[in-house]
Amino acid sequence: MTSTTETSATDAKPGFAGGAANYLDERLSVSAVLKGFGRKVFPDHWSFMLGEVALYSFVILVLSGTFLTFFYQPSMAEVHYDGSYAPLKGAQMSIAYASSLDISFDIRGGLIMRQVHHWAALLFVAAAGLHMLRVFFTGAFRKPRELNWVVGFLLFLMGMGAGFTGYSLPDDLLSGNGLRIIDGMIKGIPVIGTAFSSGFFGGEFPGTEVVARLYSLHIMILPALIIVLIGVHLMMVIIHKHTHYSGPGRTDDNVVGYPLMPVYVAKAGGFFFLVFGVVAAIAATFTINPIWNYGPYDPSPVSAGTQPDWYIGWLDGALRLAPSGWDISIFDYVIPMGVMVPLIVSLLFLALVAAYPFIENWVTKDKREHHVLDRPRNAPTRTAIGAAGVTFYAVLWAGASTDLIATNFQMSLNQVLVAMQIMLLIGPGIAYFVTKRACIALQNKDREVVLHGRETGRVVRLPHGEYIEVHETVDKYELWKLIDYKDYQPVLARPDANGKIGLGNRLRSAVSKIYFEDRIAPVSKAEYELAHADHAPEAVTEKPKRKQKSINA
Amino acid sequence: MSDIEKSYSPGLATDIEKPIANPGIEPHRIRMTDKSEKHARTAEKQIAVMFGVSVVGAIIAIWGFFAFPIVDGDLAATRNNSLWMGLGMALSMFGIGFGAVHWAKTLMPDNEVSEMRHQARSSDETRAQALEIVKLADGESGFSRRKLIRRSMYGALAFFPIPAIIIFGDLGPVVGDTLKHTMWKPGTRLTKDPTGIPIKASDVTIGSVFHVIPEGLSEMEEHKLEEKAKAAVLLVRVNPSDLNEDPAKADWSYQGIVAYSKICTHVGCPVALYEQHTHHLLCPCHQSTFDLANHCEVVFGPASRPLPQLPIAVDAEGYLIAQSDFLEPVGPSFWDIRK
Ligand code: HEM
Ligand code: FES
Repeated sequence: MTSTTETSATDAKPGFAGGAANYLDERLSVSAVLKGFGRKVFPDHWSFMLGEVALYSFVILVLSGTFLTFFYQPSMAEVHYDGSYAPLKGAQMSIAYASSLDISFDIRGGLIMRQVHHWAALLFVAAAGLHMLRVFFTGAFRKPRELNWVVGFLLFLMGMGAGFTGYSLPDDLLSGNGLRIIDGMIKGIPVIGTAFSSGFFGGEFPGTEVVARLYSLHIMILPALIIVLIGVHLMMVIIHKHTHYSGPGRTDDNVVGYPLMPVYVAKAGGFFFLVFGVVAAIAATFTINPIWNYGPYDPSPVSAGTQPDWYIGWLDGALRLAPSGWDISIFDYVIPMGVMVPLIVSLLFLALVAAYPFIENWVTKDKREHHVLDRPRNAPTRTAIGAAGVTFYAVLWAGASTDLIATNFQMSLNQVLVAMQIMLLIGPGIAYFVTKRACIALQNKDREVVLHGRETGRVVRLPHGEYIEVHETVDKYELWKLIDYKDYQPVLARPDANGKIGLGNRLRSAVSKIYFEDRIAPVSKAEYELAHADHAPEAVTEKPKRKQKSINA
Repeated sequence: MSDIEKSYSPGLATDIEKPIANPGIEPHRIRMTDKSEKHARTAEKQIAVMFGVSVVGAIIAIWGFFAFPIVDGDLAATRNNSLWMGLGMALSMFGIGFGAVHWAKTLMPDNEVSEMRHQARSSDETRAQALEIVKLADGESGFSRRKLIRRSMYGALAFFPIPAIIIFGDLGPVVGDTLKHTMWKPGTRLTKDPTGIPIKASDVTIGSVFHVIPEGLSEMEEHKLEEKAKAAVLLVRVNPSDLNEDPAKADWSYQGIVAYSKICTHVGCPVALYEQHTHHLLCPCHQSTFDLANHCEVVFGPASRPLPQLPIAVDAEGYLIAQSDFLEPVGPSFWDIRK
C-alpha cells in the first residue's frame, strides 16, 4: 500500500494545488466526493434559475445581516437621540431605533448595507415565490419530489417570517404599527388570544421585550431553520437529480444538461455575482424603508397610505376584504370574525398549496416517477387551478391597496372594496375557465402542427386552380417536444368487492372527470400515419394541409 | 415506456403509442470560438477585461468609504457614501459575474450530455436487508415483545417535553383585567399629545380636532407607550345639534365636545383622520370608518364595535377632565371582552 504515496511522490512535481489536494484526500477522501459530484449533470433553463436567485439572495442576506448585527442593538429602552440626523435630534426613542438610525447615518457603509439587506429580503421572497410557481406549473412536484415541495413550502413561510421579524426590528413608526396589527389579530383568537399576546409582548403591547424576542427569531431561529431546510432542499435535488423539460433525448430515465464542472460551476457561480450586483446597484440608487422619515414608534400617530413589505400585502388585504359584522357571541364570549375570517381563509389557502401534490396524485393514482416536466398547456386542469390560486392571491394582495386605488381612480372606497370582494369570489373561477380553454386551444394547435406541419403564411395556387397554404413539417426534434407528454383518462367509480361504491371512490371519479374529461390526447402513431399517408411524396418539406382546413380566407 | 416507469402503476395514465421514436439529443451546434482560435483569443481578452473591471469596481467602493466621511447633519455625505460604495460593489460583482458567464458560454464545451437516473426506491435486496436489520434490532431489544417497557417509554417520551413548554410560562404575565382599564380616572385632565398641555373647553372651537393623552402620561418614565396605546383619545367639537346622543350618555359630552378612544376596534391602529363635514373618523390601516355624530358607530370597514366614548366634563378652572375611565374595553375585540 505504500505505493500510493510513492507514485504521487515520484510523479512530476505536484505543485501547490496538487499537494493540497493530496493532503486533503489523504484525510477526507475529497477525490471520491469530486468523482461523485464533479461531472453531475444539471439541465439548463432560465426558469431553473429562480431557485438559485432565492438561494443567492439568502446568502446576501446572511452577509449583509451579519454586518448589521455588529451595530444594531435590540433594546427598547428609551434614549434621547444624539446622532447626525438633524431632524430627530433630541427626540425620545428606543435604542433599537436609535441604533438603526446610527447604522444609516453614523456608520460608513451602514446605509448601503441596510439597503442591500432590505432589497435582498424583498428579492428573496419574490424569487422563492416565482420558483414555487415554476415548480407548480411544470409539475415538478410529482413523485418522487412531493416531500421537497413541502420543504420548499416551509422555506417560503420561513422567508415571510424572517422578513416580518426583520421589518419590525428598527422599531420605527411603521414597524410598530405592523406589530400593533399582529397584536390585534392574536388577541382575537378565541380563548388563548390574550394570553398569547401577553406572552409575545411580555405583557401589554408594546412592552419592552418584543424587539429583543423578534431579534432572536430573526437572526438565530429563523435563519437556522432556513439554512437547515435549504440544506435538505438541495440534498433532495441532488438525490432526485434535476428535472428537465420534455425534448429530444430527454426521458424519465436520464438527465440531459451540462456537467457541474466546469460549465455549471462557472455559470452558477457567475450568476451569484450577477444577482449580488443587481441588488447592490438597486440598493445604491433606490431608497427602501427610509426609517428616518417615519419617526420612532408611538401608538398615537400614523401616516395614511403606508404599505407593508410586498409579501405581507396579501394578509393585510385579507384583513381589509373580510366581511364586517359577522362577530359570533357564545354566551358572554366573543369571536371577532373580522380577524378570524382572514386568518382561517389564509391558513386554508396555505394548506391547499402545501397539499396540492398529494391531491393531484390522489386523482391520477399515478405511482410512477416523473422526471420530464410538463409544459403547462399539457396539464390544462393543473395550470387552470394554479391560475385560480394566483388570482386569489393577487386579489388579496391588491386588496391591501384599496385606499390607494380609490384615490388614484377617483372611486369611493366602498366601490373599490365591494369590487374587490366580488373579484375575490369570482376571479379565481374566471381565471380557471379562461386558462383551461387557453391551454386546450394551445394543445389543439400543437396537434395541428404535428399532423399537418406549421403554417407558413405562403399561399400557392395548385395547377387545378385550388389555393392552399403551404405547411412546413417540423423536424423530428421539434416534433418530439410536441408529442411527448403524459395523458390521463377520467376514471369511472367501480363497485368494490362487496358491490358498493365508496364515497372516496365516487369523489375521485368525479374529480378525475373535472381534471381529464376534456383532455386533448397526444397524437398517436395511427393518427400520425394516417395524416401523412395522403401526400407521402411532398411530406418531407412542403405539404398541403387537409384541404377543407387549409384554405385561408 | 421507460425503465423507471415500468415498475409502478400508471394510475389513470393512458398508453398511446408515440408516432416516432425518441430521436435523441439534437446535434451540437459549433460556435465561432470552437472553430477559430482567433475568436477564442478575443473571447479570452473580453473575459480578462471583465475581471479587470471588477477590480476597478472594488477600488471605487473603497474610495467611496474614505472619500465621504460622516459629517454631523450633512445628509449629502451619507448619500454619497452609500451611493459610491453601492455602485462600486455592484460593478465589482458584475465584472466577476459577466466574466464567468462569458467564459462558460464561449470557451467551455457547450454540448449537452446525458446521465442515467436511478429509481429512488432501493432494490428489493436492499429493502429486504434493511427489514432484516429492523427485525434483528427488534428481537435483540425486545421492543415488540416487552410491552411494559414499550408503553412506559412512550409515556416518558410524551411527558418529558412538557417542562420545555411550561418553562416558557413567564414569557408574559397572566392577563388580569389590564386590557379593560386605562389611565383615565375621574378628574384626569385631557392634555395635548405629545406636549401634555391641558386643554380648556374654550380652546376647542367647532370643527377642531385634538389628539389627547391623559395628564401625566407625557412625564411617565415607565410603561408610557403601553398606557398611551390604550388611553389615546380623539377630541372633537361639533355643533351640538349635529350630535345624535344616546340619552343615557347625554352628559358624557360638553357643549358638543366629545371624546372617543383613538384605538381602532378592528386591530388597534390609531384612528387618526377626521373628516369635518361628514363627522367621520377614519382608520388609515384598513379604512374602518366611524360616525362621530352617531356614537362612533362603524359605517364602513372591517371593525365591528363602535369606538368607546370617554365621558368628559369641565373642572372649576375650565379645563376638560374625564368623568371616569372608559366604561368598556378599548381596542380590538377579544374572547372575554364582555366579562
Ligand atoms: C432569512 C432571510 C432574511 C430576511 C428575509 C431578512 C429581512 C430583514 C428585513 C426586511 C429587515 C428590515 C431592514 C431594514 O429596515 O432595512 C431586516 C433587518 C435586520 N436583519 Fe435581516 N433578514 C434575513 C436574514 C438575516 C440574517 C441571516 C441576519 C443576521 C445574521 C439578519 C440580521 C438583521 C439585522 C441585524 C437587522 C436590523 C437592521 C436594521 O434595520 O438596522 N437578517 N432583515
Ligand atoms: S385597525 Fe383600524 S381598520 Fe384595521
